Parts: sequence; C-alpha cells; structure tokens
Amino acid sequence: MTTEAAASPGLRARPTLPMGFLQPFMAMMERDFRVLKRDMVPFMVRTAMQPFLFVFVFTYVQPKIGAGAPGFQDVLVPGLIASSVIFQGIQAVAIPLVMEFSQTREIEDRVMAPLPVWGVALQKMTFAFLQSMIVVAVVFPLVYIVPVNTPKLHISILALITVIPLGAFLSAAMGLLIGTAVNPRQITLVFALIVMPLTFLGAVYYPWSQLEAIRWLQVLTLLNPLVYMSEGLRGALTPEYGHMSYWAVYGGLIFCCAACTWGGIRMFSKRVLS
Amino acid sequence: MTIPQAQRGRPGPADLPDERLTIETRRLTKLYPGGTLAVDALDLGVEKGEFFGLLGPNGAGKTTTIGMLTTRVVPTGGEMWIAGINVRAHQQDVKRIIGVVTQFNTLDRRLTAWENLYHHGRYFGLSRAEARKEATRVLELVRLEERGKSLVDALSGGMQQRLLIGRALVHRPEVLFLDEPTTGIDPQGRLALWDILLQLHAQGQTILLTTHYMEEAERLCQRVAIMDNGKILAMGSPDELKRSVGAETIITLRAEPVTPALVAALENVSGVRSVEEGPRGLQVLAGASRGLVPQVAEAALAQDVQLIDIAVSTPTLETVFMRLTGRELRE
Repeated sequence: MTTEAAASPGLRARPTLPMGFLQPFMAMMERDFRVLKRDMVPFMVRTAMQPFLFVFVFTYVQPKIGAGAPGFQDVLVPGLIASSVIFQGIQAVAIPLVMEFSQTREIEDRVMAPLPVWGVALQKMTFAFLQSMIVVAVVFPLVYIVPVNTPKLHISILALITVIPLGAFLSAAMGLLIGTAVNPRQITLVFALIVMPLTFLGAVYYPWSQLEAIRWLQVLTLLNPLVYMSEGLRGALTPEYGHMSYWAVYGGLIFCCAACTWGGIRMFSKRVLS
Repeated sequence: MTIPQAQRGRPGPADLPDERLTIETRRLTKLYPGGTLAVDALDLGVEKGEFFGLLGPNGAGKTTTIGMLTTRVVPTGGEMWIAGINVRAHQQDVKRIIGVVTQFNTLDRRLTAWENLYHHGRYFGLSRAEARKEATRVLELVRLEERGKSLVDALSGGMQQRLLIGRALVHRPEVLFLDEPTTGIDPQGRLALWDILLQLHAQGQTILLTTHYMEEAERLCQRVAIMDNGKILAMGSPDELKRSVGAETIITLRAEPVTPALVAALENVSGVRSVEEGPRGLQVLAGASRGLVPQVAEAALAQDVQLIDIAVSTPTLETVFMRLTGRELRE
C-alpha cells in the first residue's frame, strides 16, 4: 500500500495501487481453496470424527445402555461446536504453519509475493476463518442428529450469527499465534500442555455457571478463550442451562481475538524478517 | 525531463540512484543483534543484463546481502535500489520486479510442478489465462514439460531446483536473485542448471548469483565480486581478477622445511615473479611456464630440503581469493 511510491525518484515499475495488496491476497486464497478442495475428504473426516464419536458414545450409546446423564445432549451441542472450531484452528492452521516455517520453509516464498508481511499473516487467518465456518456447518448437524434424544434448542439468531464468526476468528487467530510461536519439536508438548486443557476445561461438557461448586476452577478457566465461545453458543442455543453474561462473552471473545491477532502477526513478522 | 524529488527528506544527488544500474547499494550494512557484522558498508553496482556473481566462503555475507536486496533482511545502515526503486521505502514495488531463489527449497509441496508456477504467477498479478500461459512456458524453459503434473516430492533434487528457478521467472522479473543455486546438486544437475542460466542471460536477464564454487562464478558470471567478512575484496571480470594475480603460471610446492633460503633461491629462478606462502604450500608465481618446473625443482633440491609435491596450474578465482585472504574458499 505504498502510494507514495509513484512519486519516488527513478521509479520505473508499475506503481502499487492503494488496494494493490488485494490481488496477491486473493491469489493466495485461490491457492488455499485448490488445496482444500483436493483435501476435502480428509478435512471432513478430521473435523467430524472427534465430535461424532463424542456424541455417539455419550448421547447415543450411553442412553441406550441405561447410563449417562439426562440432558447431556443439550449441553454438548454448543460445547462440541465450540471446541471443534477452536481445535480446527490449531489443527489446520498452527500445525501446517509450524511446518512451513521450519521443514518446508514455504513461508519464505509466500512472503516474497508483493504483499506486506502482515498481509500474508492476515491471509492465513482469513482462510482459517473460512475453514472454521465450514467446521460449524459440519459439526452442527452432527451433534443435532446423532443423539437418541434430539437436543432441545432455543435459538437466539442474533447471538448465533455473532458468536460463531467471532469464534471462527478466534480459532484462526489462536492458530496463527500458536503456529508462529512453536517450533516443530514442541508440537506434541503443545498438544499436551495447551490444546488438551483448553478443550477439556473450555466449558464444553458442562455449563460454566455450574462450576460454582469448584470456585477456583471457575475463575481459572476464565483464562481459556474457548470458555467464551462455548458460553456464547450456550446462550444462543440452550439458554435454559444457564450461561455467562453476554457482556463477558463478547468482551472475552473480542479481547482474545485482538490479543491473539496482534501477537500472531507480530510473531509472524519476527519469524520472517531478520 | 523532470527533476526527481528527493528521497525521504534527505535531499541531494547523493541520495539518488544511478540510473544506469539495475542493482545498486551504497554503504549497505547489516549488524545482527548478536553483534555480528554480516555486511559491512557494501557498495555494489550491477548493470542491466549483467550476470553478476558474489563469490565467497560460507559466512562471507552473501546471503545477508541477497536477503537485504530482496526485503527479507532489514539493513542497519546504507541504501539500496533495484531498477531505481528504493528497496527500504518501497518493498512491495521491489518484490513485484524481482525473482528470488533462496538457499532452501521453498516449493509448495501440496501443489504439482505446474501449479507451483501457475499460482506464483497469480500472486504476482497475472490473470488466470496469463498465469496458465506463463506456467507452461516456464515449465518448458526449465525442461520439466513432462513432469508438470507431478507433485513436488515426486521430483528429483535437480528437478526441484530447476522448478525453483522457473518459479522465480514466471512473472518475468527484472532481476533474478540466486542464492547458492547449485549447492547440494549432483554434477549432472549442476551442468543442466548452468545451461539454463546461461540461456537466460543470453536472453537479457539480469542475474545476481552467490556461490562458493569458483568454477561456477568463472563459468557463468561476467563480473564477480569476491567477498569475505562482509566486505568486497576485489571486483571485476573473472579474467581481470585472474590477471590481477600477476602471473601466468603458479607452481605450488610442498617442501620441508620451508626456510628463508629456500624462498630466496626460488625467487632467483629466472621467470619467477614472487614466492608466497599459501595454505597449500609455497606458491611460486611466474610468467610462461616453459621449462620452469625443472628449474624450480632443482633450485629447491639444491637447498637440501625434502620436496614432497609439486603442482603446476594457471591462476583461478580460488588463487585470487587465497592471495587476498590467505585462506581457501571452501573451508
């Protein structure tokens, strides 16, 4: 976006348009869509398997054999959508990014495209955002159809259409941050230390408000970005189970999005330039 | 002709690029945070259509220089221009007109050879039709037309290297930067690559290449800058550089012990211009070689030393480097 380039001395090349970064940006999206189209089946399987098995075991198998808690299927709908979306950001953005930085070094080529370095990072996030939206479209029907007792949903459209994109954005931003901050040798450790606690303690399998019984855990999990998405979706889909106030949900989501994006782009630039 | 505006508030012709040069650096410097001075006030000028080589050992600052010229390394001092565009001020404009082949294989592993070229063209603003046309053209240029549908990992190392170079050419850059392009390539692959590069140069492509293979610099480059410790030690055509040695013949002599008397005796042999101690032994620099070797050997043996080996050669860029630094190029 260097508009002043046109006025600089000795410039012989085509001057960059003010929106000149859009073209390479879109070209990178085109490339990512080509790869996604090719990998659609593995992508779907990867996305769907964990939530499917979860609802299958806890809301299909267990009720059939006389075990399990009543109403669990309702609790799981927002929780599993949220955790799948966040998990997707890590699986589909962070891990490939770690590889592109170290083993394949593809990133070094991507930043040679006529796009500012932050533009390359933003493109990665944008595509991850779209992928996360696809994840919602896959997981939502799954967690609704599989349970023996169909979940009772009271959909609040406004909350739904705001929390889902915010959550998808958060997943992309977290993916970027983790992908740029971690080196390949640490990946398995990151899964054990960050990803697992995030998903298990992300108000996925219980409403956050019920954690009142374990006060310290309730406070501690406020550090977990996933909590805000789970609770936001809980408000949007199953409000009768109680959910965090919308102020906290939106505040938490927006703060986490901003912080992860800022950190991710900063780390990205630092890794690329020396 | 309009008078060009001054750059970034620092007026004066000293801040304007030289119109004749495609690549220009002035006192370009990179001091890494750790305190390593990788590039030290480098002045460089490459003309349009020139095949220019930076020759030096590992750690000489070649890659850092290319890194700065291609916007990936932020300089700590000096200025640089490519085709008259200030690299620091207008990175996106510069990226648009350069093609870069880094030391590492940065091909897109999830795409085929042809797709690598096509998408690269798209990143650089080609329309879909143009990108398709260019991808096919370049695939032929780097002699991979039969392998267009292969995924990157299915190609051999040499093929991948050719594809890398091809990819840097899809958007028809004004300057092609090649950082150690033949490192790790088998000899046959290297020859094939050299052919392609010479062909590109013949078509008028401006090329800046770094290498630590002196044969590569000699074979390909019109001009070579010999670099060490971030500085240029000598610059000129390979012939000029070799002539600067001041000898047509170099006799390398390994003898024990090396005494001042031995050196003096060798210097007295007619036709010998100088005798220097180098990493491989005594270097006897001389004019035409006819009949010289026996005389040198005799002179040495008369000094009662043990003569281990004697070798005759003509000056190479390696000799130039050795004379400038006292070290060998590949250490």
